[in-house]
Amino acid sequence: MSLRIVVCVKYVPDATGDRHFADDLTVDRDDVDGLLSELDEYAVEQALQIAEEADDAEITVLTVGPEDAKDALRKALSMGADKAVHVEDDDLHGTDVMGTSLVLAKAIEKTGYDLVICGMASTDGTMGVLPAILAERLNVPQVTLLSEVSVEDGTVKGRRDGDTASEQLEAALPAVVSVTDQSGEARYPSFKGIMAAKKKPVEALELDDLDIDADEVGLEGAWTKVDSAAERPARTAGTIVKDEGEGGKQLAEFLASQKFI
Amino acid sequence: MAEVLVYVDHVDGAVRKPTLELLTLARRIGEPVAVALGNGAADTAAALAEHGATRVLTADAPEFADYLVVPKVDALQAAHEAVSPVAVLVPSSAEGKEIAARLAVRIGSGIITDAVDLEAGDEGPVATQSAFAASFTTKSRVSKGTPVITVKPNSAAVEAAPASGAVEALSVSFSAGATGTKVVSRTPRESTGRPELTEAAIVVSGGRGVNGAENFAIIEKLADSLGAAVGASRAAVDAGWYPHSNQVGQTGKSVSPQLYIANGISGAIQHRAGMQTSKTIVAVNKDAEAPIFDLVDYGVVGDLFEVVPQLTSEIETRKG
Repeated sequence: MSLRIVVCVKYVPDATGDRHFADDLTVDRDDVDGLLSELDEYAVEQALQIAEEADDAEITVLTVGPEDAKDALRKALSMGADKAVHVEDDDLHGTDVMGTSLVLAKAIEKTGYDLVICGMASTDGTMGVLPAILAERLNVPQVTLLSEVSVEDGTVKGRRDGDTASEQLEAALPAVVSVTDQSGEARYPSFKGIMAAKKKPVEALELDDLDIDADEVGLEGAWTKVDSAAERPARTAGTIVKDEGEGGKQLAEFLASQKFI
Repeated sequence: MAEVLVYVDHVDGAVRKPTLELLTLARRIGEPVAVALGNGAADTAAALAEHGATRVLTADAPEFADYLVVPKVDALQAAHEAVSPVAVLVPSSAEGKEIAARLAVRIGSGIITDAVDLEAGDEGPVATQSAFAASFTTKSRVSKGTPVITVKPNSAAVEAAPASGAVEALSVSFSAGATGTKVVSRTPRESTGRPELTEAAIVVSGGRGVNGAENFAIIEKLADSLGAAVGASRAAVDAGWYPHSNQVGQTGKSVSPQLYIANGISGAIQHRAGMQTSKTIVAVNKDAEAPIFDLVDYGVVGDLFEVVPQLTSEIETRKG
């Protein structure tokens, strides 16, 4: 039987752009170019490698996001995913992690899955908790923050490198996995892949299709509230010296003046 | 008085510093009730009492070590039911965030992660967070359920505040999913004898300019002269010069020490995301145009192979 892999991806503002908040304190998406979150490319890559090892596998890439989020899906399709699901609904604007995870969980169940693969965190919200929440909502094992992952005989195995130890983990499918940026460089889409992606199916879903009420999501339905967002004041210009042979000593003098020595 | 649950991060009974910092923040909101799980749980009580825990709920079972995350969620949920706290605070480690997030789903609460400060507010605790590579500071609160908040290391001072810290056994019944993900083996990270990166008061980092694994010795020497932790940029880690566990930046650790010394690091946005909130920033780089110099309190434009050893020997001389 075919191994059904769902990769959750996020469309985010480019981290190298001048990111800021909109007037309603949600992430501004108009003034900075969006793209597939870099950390989700690793999830797509591992899905492709797992699919290559399996006899028969199908990769669905799933996103919740505005119209332009299709760009992120296209990128994943051009890397080699088979099909895409895009949940888009005006009522989703301002949804926080609890709402987004609810939508993703319903869409994953509707799509059907054996393995869900996520990146380690988004590059905009950077919470890193969505995979754990998905596992809780789907009531399946959580095998997260892996720097190595493999699937064999209905079991997912992987290595989780934590602060104090490196752990080998194992769980039966179905399961939710997240992979780190140490899991292996993501491939670049080939020209052939980019052309093929244009013909791959992208299913559009709305909240109604997932039996989710508008008041469960969105800014009003959010489980957290941002009261203010202020730009961090620019750091006051420091002293910069050119090393003329005494740079190390000058630096030591500065550190001593600040009581670090 | 209202009680605040504090999840204890400890290694075989030795309480890690971020938990003691959490107790300082918890006392702003209510009376801290600590939850310590696993091997050595009861041994945490003295340190927790010394820093303000009025009660210490403990549970030990093989499940906590043998299976990933879920047994700890079950225990924290049991503590939540037993205590009915006004907030649940958890250290912002990778595992801490996962435990907190799953608990939030179960108890029908919102979650805030990676807070760098916490104050009592009229509508519940107000959390300060850094956003967009620390270029913004936000203030947020949980608007549904018992606030569940994870807090980054170095967000508050450790304060002595003696309390009774009475140890109570926490009764935990594990959920069906508790044994879903087996920890087949665990290899403890070898101790370097240096402070933990995220907890250190001083961090000395090396980047592309260090130009080779063997050259990291001069970074380590400087770190040791200051009693500092060693960090590395993604470029240095990707090149295989230093372990990923020491990476500072968006996909590594986020640090907020009193002093950050960047050596041979240009200061790309991904790196800045992990160190921009440091109190004092110092850089050594041969490129005067490197963006890191926009952040520094003091910068030396020069060859790190000249400047860093000179700095190290000057520090050692001054220390006598």
